[in-house]
Amino acid sequence: MIETLEKFANHYNFFITIFLMISGLFIVIARGNLIKKLIGLSLFQTSVYLLYLTPAKILNATAPIYDKHYATYSNPLPHVLMLTAIVVGVATIALGLALVVRIKEAYGTIEEDEIFAKDPEAE
Amino acid sequence: MSSSSWGTAEPHLPILLVIVPLFGALLVTFLRRGILAWALTLAVTFVLPLIAITLLAKVLQTGQPIIYEIGNWPAPIGIVYKVDQLSAYVLCVISVIGAVIMPFARRSIGAEIQESAQSWYYAVYLLCLTGLLGIVITGDAFNAFVFLEISSLATYVLIALGRHRRALLSAYQYLIMGTIGATLYIIGVGLLYVVTGTLNFDDMATRLGPAIADPGYRNAVLTALGFIFVGVSLKLALFPMHVWLPNAYAYAPSVATAFLAGTATKAAIYLFIRVIFSVFGIALAIDSLPIPLVLIVLSIAAMFLASFSAVFEEDAKRMLAYSSIAQVGYIMLGVALANQASLTGSLAHIANHAVMKTALFLALGAVFYRIGSVMYADMAGIGRTMPLTMGAFAVAGIGLMGTPGTAGFISKWYLGLGAIDAGHYSIVFMIVASSLISVIYIGRITEVVWFRAPSESAKTAKEAPLSMLIPLWLLAGATVYLGFDTQATVDVSAKAAEVLLGGIR
Repeated sequence: MIETLEKFANHYNFFITIFLMISGLFIVIARGNLIKKLIGLSLFQTSVYLLYLTPAKILNATAPIYDKHYATYSNPLPHVLMLTAIVVGVATIALGLALVVRIKEAYGTIEEDEIFAKDPEAE
Repeated sequence: MSSSSWGTAEPHLPILLVIVPLFGALLVTFLRRGILAWALTLAVTFVLPLIAITLLAKVLQTGQPIIYEIGNWPAPIGIVYKVDQLSAYVLCVISVIGAVIMPFARRSIGAEIQESAQSWYYAVYLLCLTGLLGIVITGDAFNAFVFLEISSLATYVLIALGRHRRALLSAYQYLIMGTIGATLYIIGVGLLYVVTGTLNFDDMATRLGPAIADPGYRNAVLTALGFIFVGVSLKLALFPMHVWLPNAYAYAPSVATAFLAGTATKAAIYLFIRVIFSVFGIALAIDSLPIPLVLIVLSIAAMFLASFSAVFEEDAKRMLAYSSIAQVGYIMLGVALANQASLTGSLAHIANHAVMKTALFLALGAVFYRIGSVMYADMAGIGRTMPLTMGAFAVAGIGLMGTPGTAGFISKWYLGLGAIDAGHYSIVFMIVASSLISVIYIGRITEVVWFRAPSESAKTAKEAPLSMLIPLWLLAGATVYLGFDTQATVDVSAKAAEVLLGGIR
């Protein structure tokens, strides 16, 4: 029991990652509102940032400063990668929201079932 | 083309292949007139095949991959672009298709997209091309993700520019699926990075070998394999992860559909082959997880079920979209069998299918330009008023069936040989059987356009203009030509397959 708890406590970042990943994916699948789907998608993408950053961070380590006073530092590469991934995520959500605006103009609704009711063949 | 004709740009050709369309896209956004934007895009897209063919010639001549170190940082610290036989070949396919359809685009886009949005279309088109070429040329797993997203985001816009309001919905649905696919891929890459500490494909491959000896790492590597398998399969529309594709192809502008059908799934297939063969090694994929078995089952399901869906379609674009899913099935079948002949067939089919399917979609684009619809009911009897367009459609369609004397036959022949080499005689039978279904769906539309009484719109239709007929017949001609002269497809594919299989660990 204690061991399991300890394991959980030591890896709680990963549990949060998996929780975010699954809940994001669940929202994308289960919700019919196009905006809510995008929120789920955003959560799903965010979980990846944690997945990359968790192993890169070293306790009691500094930022990567090249100086003899600092011996241990966190791995900068995953941080940089995730900056790129954040940009990609922002672009995706922005484009998705822009599409939702156009869908609202064209259909007058952003609920999936109402859209399919208006355009049966689109399914 | 002699290699010296590029002068001082010669060593920088790999990066130019990505930078030229990227900056081209930027410049195009400044041009507000559609015709100017088209002219600049045309110029850019015609430079790219020259670069790609030069690279392919160089790789074939030396037999060694070209490594381009960005900013002179060697791998694994810096990002490198690596052009080997496989990537040079796929680069040629994508850039040639991207160029051939441009002369067609001017009238088609002029008719289908409002003037104010035309230059945006061309800018996004070049961005999409940038992303696709980038996926294929890069030797870095994370860089491949970035290019994957560049091409995907551009693709969503291309689709959303379609005239029908369903285009918006298709683009949205594809955005959701595509983003999930790319995110799954990047999760897999993240796990691999934690295990190996590198993002360079080659470096990753060498470090994975020792890593999987440790059972703890082994599980992480297999999980990564699972994530990447599903993620990339979503992008390449492997059955049953294909649901985004029919609507996306059906409602995108005609030229965008022709371009995407020829190139987008091909780049994803390349990424799949690169990761499975060059990084994981087919041995690991076979021993630890039933990847080939899963792939064979899904590919055969795609070949049959998607073909059946195509038979019952009333919309010609959707019919061809389902046919594309079936053709992806053939390509992935050869990948799953993983021997010299089957892989040769798969790689040859990447080019052959790109040529045939682009020709078919261009023919439909010409029909849409004249009568504003590609429904069977409206296309009835149109062969009489647009004989040259529908003639090219018939030639490419015959190729798609896999009739001897056409490109489609060559790739299916090698696939069949590969299945025999692997000892799966039943698969040979299934390749033939599913080809017969394609005879039905191509036969059905042929019957509609040539033998039915002309519909109201078909009666008044005129033959497509020359700027559309030339690219169309170039591709239709290539369908027949590649059925006889297989030097460009099979010989290069065989070399690429050799290199891939040489890396078996």
